[in-house]
Amino acid sequence: MSADNQLTRAQRDDLRTIAAMIVPASDEHKVPGADDPAIQADILATLGRDAKLVTAALDHLARLAGQPLAELDAARRDAVAQELRKQGGAAAATLVRVVLQCYYRDDRVLRSLGLELRAPFPNGYVLPDGDWSLLDPVKARSGTLRRAP
Amino acid sequence: MKDPVDVLIIGAGASGAAVAWSLAETKMHILCLEQGGWMNPAEYPSTGRDWEAKFYGEWSSSPNVRGRPEDYPINDDNSPIKVVNYNAVGGSTVMYTAHWPRLHPSDFKVKTLDGVADDWPIDYDALTPFFEENDRMMGTSGLSGDPLSPLTHPPMPQQPLGLSGAIIGKAMNKLGWHWWPSDTTVATMDYDGRARCINLGHCTPACAQGAKSSTDITYWPHAVRAGVELRTHCRVREITTDENGMAAGVVYYDKDGVEQFQPAHVVIIACNGVGTPRLLLNSKSDRFPDGLANSSGLVGRNLMFHPYAQIYGYVKEPTDSNRAPPTCLWSKQWYDTDLSRGFVRGYGVQFVRGAGPVFEAVVSEQKGILPWGADHHRVFRKLNGHRLGFSAICEDLPEEHNQVTLDPVLKDSHGIPAPKINYTISENSRKMMDHALARGREILETAGATDICINSPIPWGGWHLLGTARMGTDPKRSVVNEWGRTHDVKNLFIVDGSIFVTSGGVNPTSTIQALALYIADQMKQRLANLFD
Repeated sequence: MSADNQLTRAQRDDLRTIAAMIVPASDEHKVPGADDPAIQADILATLGRDAKLVTAALDHLARLAGQPLAELDAARRDAVAQELRKQGGAAAATLVRVVLQCYYRDDRVLRSLGLELRAPFPNGYVLPDGDWSLLDPVKARSGTLRRAP
Repeated sequence: MKDPVDVLIIGAGASGAAVAWSLAETKMHILCLEQGGWMNPAEYPSTGRDWEAKFYGEWSSSPNVRGRPEDYPINDDNSPIKVVNYNAVGGSTVMYTAHWPRLHPSDFKVKTLDGVADDWPIDYDALTPFFEENDRMMGTSGLSGDPLSPLTHPPMPQQPLGLSGAIIGKAMNKLGWHWWPSDTTVATMDYDGRARCINLGHCTPACAQGAKSSTDITYWPHAVRAGVELRTHCRVREITTDENGMAAGVVYYDKDGVEQFQPAHVVIIACNGVGTPRLLLNSKSDRFPDGLANSSGLVGRNLMFHPYAQIYGYVKEPTDSNRAPPTCLWSKQWYDTDLSRGFVRGYGVQFVRGAGPVFEAVVSEQKGILPWGADHHRVFRKLNGHRLGFSAICEDLPEEHNQVTLDPVLKDSHGIPAPKINYTISENSRKMMDHALARGREILETAGATDICINSPIPWGGWHLLGTARMGTDPKRSVVNEWGRTHDVKNLFIVDGSIFVTSGGVNPTSTIQALALYIADQMKQRLANLFD
């Protein structure tokens, strides 16, 4: 069974709604929200071992909301989300984490942050050697290692 | 029945690799059984775009989260610090930060100097040649001449200072406090078949470049070429004994899950401070009803973790983020005892360069400094790429109630009882951690950092597993003698961190391996009368 099918349609709807509450779209930064279809598809496709806890969090959310999250008015929706985050324990933390880990690897988001769209290997990064004269005061102060009998 | 081997080593991690390589020159038949397999660097996290996410799953530092077939579960519910390790050829050197301090000479004499715990039965000088040999084999980088650390001779130059190092150095200079580039096992030049560091950043969960030394790419290739046999995916259940109370061999499960018996003339345990007591306690018999080599009752006791007090914040200038090895500098300003601080002994400090974007988002949201909603983007851009960290490695003194036992219910995939941890942080350690956090805050504020956050202890910070089969001359107060042989079984040796008497305030891997080489050397010198 694909990860996509591990969540019901109602759960996927609530996931999309709460993802947009965590990270909404921004015109200023030219980035999508975490409810963006590509990001949602990434979340669903890579749930893997997190599926159980994410499902538990979404079940908890459904109980708190009593109806689809998107259908609540804004104030009530915020209250439900806050309650989930406060009381949801490891399940809620996992839900938030899977949203963020997929959001912050999206090409559009990384580009907006000025980050390269690639894995670290094999090119790596260049690290400036820095000004080692900063160490001169430490050398000048010296010090002694505690002696052992 | 299999033919007996001369030496059987259990575990192919930091110490098992070192002892195997050192003993290889004897030309004895040496066999190492390792529960994990050989690593494949092409599969390491930094080779993929999802490199950060993997740290929360199959590349978690926790065996309980990771849950690979090679891992065994650990019940650490009764401990504020959770055990982290890795099970493979290379052991936890596959998954460590490569920070490479040594214990100080004073760490071997804490009873004499400070009136606490016990002195080691050996001193720093006994290990000096083995520290040097180990640094050459592992391939260290650093800057010789730190006035507050033991003298080292790293064969490669130190890592670049980078953006983060310069900010930290300036702050430490303003405060007049000691700092120095860390010795590390990150190759800064091509070295012994390993390529130099290219700053993949994601060092801890394995280095795809091979710049970070782990024993699968340092000691093991040399040991295997020298004739050591390494059998992977073999999990040892127990060590058996003969009618004379000598170790006869081990019962293990092979890669197909089939139970096997391997006889041996000498058995060496190299399974770390949790795996070693687990194995000894699982090796009960009529003659050893409380577990093997446990006449002192100290097998599993005196577990020391090094509680980490971590504090971090965010500066206006960009930091190195994930584009560099995570640790670059250390400080020994507060390493030695100063009773005016309100505690005995001290701590080393390792500075942390930064974090990647996913880690930053996840952790900052959990800490409550990264909001949901419209302001998320503004705050994230202020935090991401601006983090600086300070981690104090606090010396944990031995206390018998901090203990590894066998869980009555939990078992691994072969049905072998799993370890259970009972551990509390002492009042002395708490005071030390609070002191460290206060100093860390001063440093961060001097650097201009805001949004300061604390992890004290780091909950998933049980990297250093020490003290559970301690070394000593008195069989009633120790498990192994001053050259690593168990007091109770004269052909059974232990070479891992469990033999530490005290923990010092530094990462222990360098000292663990120096000890393993020292014990191997002692064995070679005593081959004619090893069992006397």
